[in-house]
Amino acid sequence: MATVTISQQEFQQPSRVMLFFRYLRRNPGLFIGFFILIGLILFTVIGVLTIDSSDAYPLSVKPKQPPSLEYPFGTDFYGRDLLAAMVVGMWQTALIGVLAGAIGTLIGVTLGFISAYFGGRLDSIIKGTCQILLPIPVFLIQVVIAGSLDKRDVTIYTMALIVVLLAWMWPTIVIRSQVLSMKERQFVSVAKLSGMGDFEIIFAEIMPNLLPFIAASFVWSVFSAVFASFYLAVVGLGPLREPLLGNTIWAAQSQGAFFNGWWWWPLLPAIAMVLILTSLALINMGLDELANPRVRRTE
Amino acid sequence: MSIRKVIERLLFLVVVIWTASTITFFIPRISKRNPIRERFGQLARTGGFSPDELEIIIESYSQKFGLDKPLWEQYADYIGGIARLDLGVSLYQYPKTVLELIQEAIPWTLGLLVVSTILSFIIGNSLGAVAAWPRAPRWLRSIATPFILFMGVPPVLLAVFLLFFVAFRLKALPLGGAYSIGVIPDQSLEFYLDVLRHQLLPALALIFGTVGGWVLSMRGMGVTIQGEDYVLFAEHKGLSGFTIFRDYYLRNALLPQVTGFALALGNMVTSGIVIEQLFGLPGIGTVLYNAIKANDYLVIYGVVLFITIAIATLMVMVELLYPLIDPRIRE
Amino acid sequence: MEPVLRINNLQVTYYTDAGRARALDGVSLTLNAGEKLGLVGESGSGKSTMALAMMHMIKPPGRIEEGQVIVGDTDLTTLTKEEMLKARLEKITYIPQGAMNSLNPVMRIGAQMVDAIKAHYKSPSKAEMAEMSMDSLESVDLDRSVFKMYPHELSGGMKQRVCIAIGILLKPQVIIADEPTSALDVVTQRQVMETIDRVQETLGAAIILIGHDMGLMAQFVDKVAVMYTGRLMELSTVREMFTNPQHPYAQALISSLPSLDNKGVFQGIPGLAPALLRLPSGCAFHPRCQHTTEICTTMLPRLEQMEGGRMVACHLYTEQV
Repeated sequence: MATVTISQQEFQQPSRVMLFFRYLRRNPGLFIGFFILIGLILFTVIGVLTIDSSDAYPLSVKPKQPPSLEYPFGTDFYGRDLLAAMVVGMWQTALIGVLAGAIGTLIGVTLGFISAYFGGRLDSIIKGTCQILLPIPVFLIQVVIAGSLDKRDVTIYTMALIVVLLAWMWPTIVIRSQVLSMKERQFVSVAKLSGMGDFEIIFAEIMPNLLPFIAASFVWSVFSAVFASFYLAVVGLGPLREPLLGNTIWAAQSQGAFFNGWWWWPLLPAIAMVLILTSLALINMGLDELANPRVRRTE
Repeated sequence: MSIRKVIERLLFLVVVIWTASTITFFIPRISKRNPIRERFGQLARTGGFSPDELEIIIESYSQKFGLDKPLWEQYADYIGGIARLDLGVSLYQYPKTVLELIQEAIPWTLGLLVVSTILSFIIGNSLGAVAAWPRAPRWLRSIATPFILFMGVPPVLLAVFLLFFVAFRLKALPLGGAYSIGVIPDQSLEFYLDVLRHQLLPALALIFGTVGGWVLSMRGMGVTIQGEDYVLFAEHKGLSGFTIFRDYYLRNALLPQVTGFALALGNMVTSGIVIEQLFGLPGIGTVLYNAIKANDYLVIYGVVLFITIAIATLMVMVELLYPLIDPRIRE
Repeated sequence: MEPVLRINNLQVTYYTDAGRARALDGVSLTLNAGEKLGLVGESGSGKSTMALAMMHMIKPPGRIEEGQVIVGDTDLTTLTKEEMLKARLEKITYIPQGAMNSLNPVMRIGAQMVDAIKAHYKSPSKAEMAEMSMDSLESVDLDRSVFKMYPHELSGGMKQRVCIAIGILLKPQVIIADEPTSALDVVTQRQVMETIDRVQETLGAAIILIGHDMGLMAQFVDKVAVMYTGRLMELSTVREMFTNPQHPYAQALISSLPSLDNKGVFQGIPGLAPALLRLPSGCAFHPRCQHTTEICTTMLPRLEQMEGGRMVACHLYTEQV
């Protein structure tokens, strides 16, 4: 009789790194997302270091030039070098995104935790507020806020604040439901029975398990902040002096860029925006999949 | 569905509308802008009256619109007006009422949004359902992938690309406007075809910019449903793949999607407003845009409220009608 | 007596990221008409894989590597996809484990029975199909009015009965019942088992009852098969199994049952069942076995026939034979 002997020590589970790479292969979205994002970051960083950012403002170069060796991205009606404008715009977009994303996630995580962990009246207030605010189209309110401000008050930072003002509900709801389900799990009851304090439980037991969800919700917040600030800028409510990507498209459209044949003016910032949003969306989806083993793909 | 539940939902609707109106009322007051001063200041610069006259005119108009009353009184008037469905008059396009402005614009917006939302729902959910169905042919399942990949691309950006390729390079469709310049709106077929040609690009941008969301959520739902015991048992019964797909899988996976419909309409409205702006369509987005530019308070309130009421009402309606398609909630 | 079910050397493998897992390793069985077999084992022992394999419902990443499942005179493993669809419910039927969730929540019970009939027979009339379904419901002690109800209007026991009614709708020769009572309370459990028993007797079908409730098994089945890591360890009559189990694993399993004599003493089997990905060499049970010898760690024991027709796979006995 043929027998095979494998002792238990010899047979080893593939290493975690191996498993992660095998997982990335099955979740190419996450991979592509990271890849694009790193490319964008490199572009922006190298750009900021090598390009004269004052060219991103009006009357600095010869206007209305199509892409050429001298101006790879062309110049616009107002005499801005669009390459410089793109670099500065990306930097500002990243600033708004990360700032608003961080604040939104922080609020969301805090409220979600308080709501789910302590329950009671606090929970009903937070949950109720979220439910009432959700059907109201956030963008409209943001439009009202941005429109009511004096043009001089609209800066990159106010943009970030406007965008985050109504964007914390979703992270709150997501984190709340996760904490709720985690609270029911046994390890938390065990921790409670063993006399751990609330804060110890939150930070030692629940937080680590929540990290993938917090990461996903941070990426979501950045995404929605970039998205919303872009929309505001496209309708002309952005900080008009700044070369935010949405502002550039708005300016191009209001000068009839396509009618006049200046196709590069709106097109290039649009491509940049697609890359930013796509990479964020892909990473968000990838993290979601990682956090929810139920939808994790097995082939 | 109990009467109590219905009343509960209707109360919820009232609270949502009240919240939205309060937010929209107070935010513009925080700014130091005075719409009447801005409007007449403009007129004064283009010729007309002296600075002294200007002050008198501003004062009298402020009185006329009740802007000199204390804030809380204005607020009470405003909320009372909403209850009577009176949204006030435009400061900028006086004496047009806000409702009149909305009425003129709404057919354009409604036509574009309703058609786009429905098509997006159908296309997205079919693709998503197939993508999560393990027995669908590989090529069919993979159609969904590019839509998911480009889910992050907002309709407005798609619109820019469509404008570039279809309208600018190919010159196949117009670059903007509601109808061709020089055409006089009438009831003729030609006019409608012209309008359709102008609506095609915005609609395509809206549909393909929102399909990805449906594909993704439907695929997620599908992954869950196809592992349910009843789908497995249906297979044990020897049912054909198509029957299982339609009666056991799709029907169950579609239910939560229906609840998401109203919320998705909210996103659609957002993109719709911006796209109207981009294409120069005379819809409600343009009304809002012009009002913001002129700081025309009452029109801003009116439009925001109108849209909020529409979406919130739709949400509550979907919720109330949901038991008709889900027997579990019927009692 | 002519056997209605013959399983020969059935092998199923799951191909996972971490390696290949042999979920079913050369299982062979024979069942006569009217015979009742209990299939027991810990979770992950391959009981459910066995049921799926018999229904030809192993899905990727799993695969039936080899073996035959012969019902009557048809080998199910050689059927085409369409033929297999017809064979389910007509020749071999499966009563699911999670009866609570095995019925489509948005379809009436009747519709879920009629679609099954439609899938097998050419255009019977609506009335005929309804009649057939209601008869089937009646045979499992349900009211005919259940036909028009939705799953959420039924209790757990009633849902389980509906599943049985669907299972026997087309009078199959072999019934596989996968822990059909696991979600029910003890009283309902008993009633449902009695119903299965009666239905099976009227049909004259062979039944395989999968489960780990040894008490239920003892009352219900004729033969017991003990599985461990996808392999058959012992196959004996229920009396022999409970009074004189041969395989050390079966012995441990039986002695871990509570009885009034050793009240308050919990006797378990030391150690845990191994993961299929990392099976111990030789006999998979050897790390937990009290009688391990040299050979157990290197050689896989074969399932050998002992006197009285019982089968055991253990070196303790192969040496004697």
